[in-house]
Amino acid sequence: MSTTNTRDLARPAPAKASPAKPRRGLRGSPTFNFWLFTGPFLIGLAIFVYAPILWSLWLSFFEARFTVTPDKFVGFENYTYMLTNDDFVGSLGTFTAFAAFIVPTTWALSLGLALLVNRLRFMRAFFRSVFFLPTACSYVAASMIWKMSIFSGVRFGLMNTVLGWFGIENIAWLADPNPPWYWVVIVSARLWLQAGFYMILFIAALQNIPGELYEAAAIDGAKPGWQTFRYITLPQLRATSTAVVLLLLVAAYQAFDEFYNLLSKTTWGRPPLLELYYKALGESQDYGAGSAGALILTVLICAVTLLQGKLMGFGRGEESK
Amino acid sequence: MTTTMPEVRESTPPPDKPRRVKHGGGVMSSTGLYIATGIAGLLFLVPFYLLVRNALSTDADITGENWKFFPTDIQWGNISELFNDGTVPFAQSLWNSAVVATLHTVGVLLVCSLAGYGLARIPYKHANKVFYAVLGTLMVPTAVTFVPSFVLVSSLGWVDTYQGLIVPGLFSGFTCFLFRQYFLGFPKELEEAARVDGLGYWGAYWRIVVPNSLNFFAAMATITFIQGWNSFLWPLVIGQSPDAWTVQVALSNYMSNQTVIFHMVFMATAFSILPLVFVFLFLQRWLVQGIAQTGIKG
Repeated sequence: MSTTNTRDLARPAPAKASPAKPRRGLRGSPTFNFWLFTGPFLIGLAIFVYAPILWSLWLSFFEARFTVTPDKFVGFENYTYMLTNDDFVGSLGTFTAFAAFIVPTTWALSLGLALLVNRLRFMRAFFRSVFFLPTACSYVAASMIWKMSIFSGVRFGLMNTVLGWFGIENIAWLADPNPPWYWVVIVSARLWLQAGFYMILFIAALQNIPGELYEAAAIDGAKPGWQTFRYITLPQLRATSTAVVLLLLVAAYQAFDEFYNLLSKTTWGRPPLLELYYKALGESQDYGAGSAGALILTVLICAVTLLQGKLMGFGRGEESK
Repeated sequence: MTTTMPEVRESTPPPDKPRRVKHGGGVMSSTGLYIATGIAGLLFLVPFYLLVRNALSTDADITGENWKFFPTDIQWGNISELFNDGTVPFAQSLWNSAVVATLHTVGVLLVCSLAGYGLARIPYKHANKVFYAVLGTLMVPTAVTFVPSFVLVSSLGWVDTYQGLIVPGLFSGFTCFLFRQYFLGFPKELEEAARVDGLGYWGAYWRIVVPNSLNFFAAMATITFIQGWNSFLWPLVIGQSPDAWTVQVALSNYMSNQTVIFHMVFMATAFSILPLVFVFLFLQRWLVQGIAQTGIKG
């Protein structure tokens, strides 16, 4: 091949062209190295993150059922279809309810556990492990235990057995949305799975609070307990709290696994992702509407994230570093 | 009270007086503290106990009229029953999960740590723009892109393949971001010494930076492995034939079967958790340190 010849001839030229740095060839140049290090990641990011998003944008303007190479342009029809679709809009409501339950409860539980564990004199590592261990469980495994053992709607479920001791009738936890007992199941499963992880973040933050602050507060007459917590601990945990709330919110948006496994045969309690899954990959394989829904969701997530960041001042901790 | 705080903070602490600061303490006695922690701990362990108990019971014991704390007779035979059952290829799914989670971990660490280092340390005039392009992907939760990603991967013909399960997940903006944050805090002097001795960026990275960052790498490896092992949505979408199921997808199929064989489902779940419990017990020191170090703490 003639190309190899020309390439061999052409290669030494750029190195000679920069005589100012005699001992540094291409390999020493920061620009070359920057692309050498980040290149593989960026190429992958372009192919597997940016390209799908753009493709999705393109698909969302077409009628794309059972095909990814559609030819019928429909403009914003998919968007109006999704925005007037009761199931999809309802799923946004489900998400909102879910986030309203899960974000504050996880925040409070993980902070509470961190405060407990941090005060222990001995067996601290043991209890930290106990609370952290559920992180090893998958949502599928937890859904299994929750659905078939703890919140099984029949008499042999643990919860109904315990309630039975107090003379309370069996509750159909997942089979009946009225009253919506399924929220207890969904929220408790996720709490169990994720509280330990955020507890670790809070423990790290607690240990970074300088001890002098507590001594100073004591000298100023702050009573140990609530006052110290309110005026010293809580403000010092502000940056961590903000990050935790943000991560919890994003995680809640991505809720899929436990809803899919706990409520698969029901028509209620579907978060947006589950709705999109059925829409795009279900029987109708409607990629156009699915893509439109995914983009609506993306815009919504960005808006909520930015708003939350504004409200809680995300990034302030970052700047002060 | 708040006005006095900044001054107090600047005052130097007594250098060598060991003391124990009660962090917001006082409300609860030591006994009360241990009782509260113990009760919470028991509640956290109950699901694990139920899992093991049910996995080693007969169906009659699990669904019996009177709830028993201990099974009447421990059924070790449930283990061999699980692996000899021809209807669900459970051993195959365990193997798939092991391959996928391992390669996922190796790939993510390699690709994301290099990128994180490049973004943190190598001077390039457009580095900030590149960094924002990476940050931008954090705003779009990966799960939201599963429809277009599925479209892409299926048009590559990667449905039901290992590369389809692994490759799209390698480019995690979040992991890259964490590595960048970590490398920003890595002592620069070590690398400069290496550069003076004639190593390039590439040499300094592999011979100096990586060997001195093994703790952080171990922590990220553990977190990434757990994510890879536990992920469900993507394997569910990509693994369409039973031979390509990961263990999570197999479990989910057990659960939605028309006839549920309880002890089998629980035994399968136990085996799906077992590898991670081992990972946890052996690597938890790094894991906890690493999570505390990630820079999420702000």
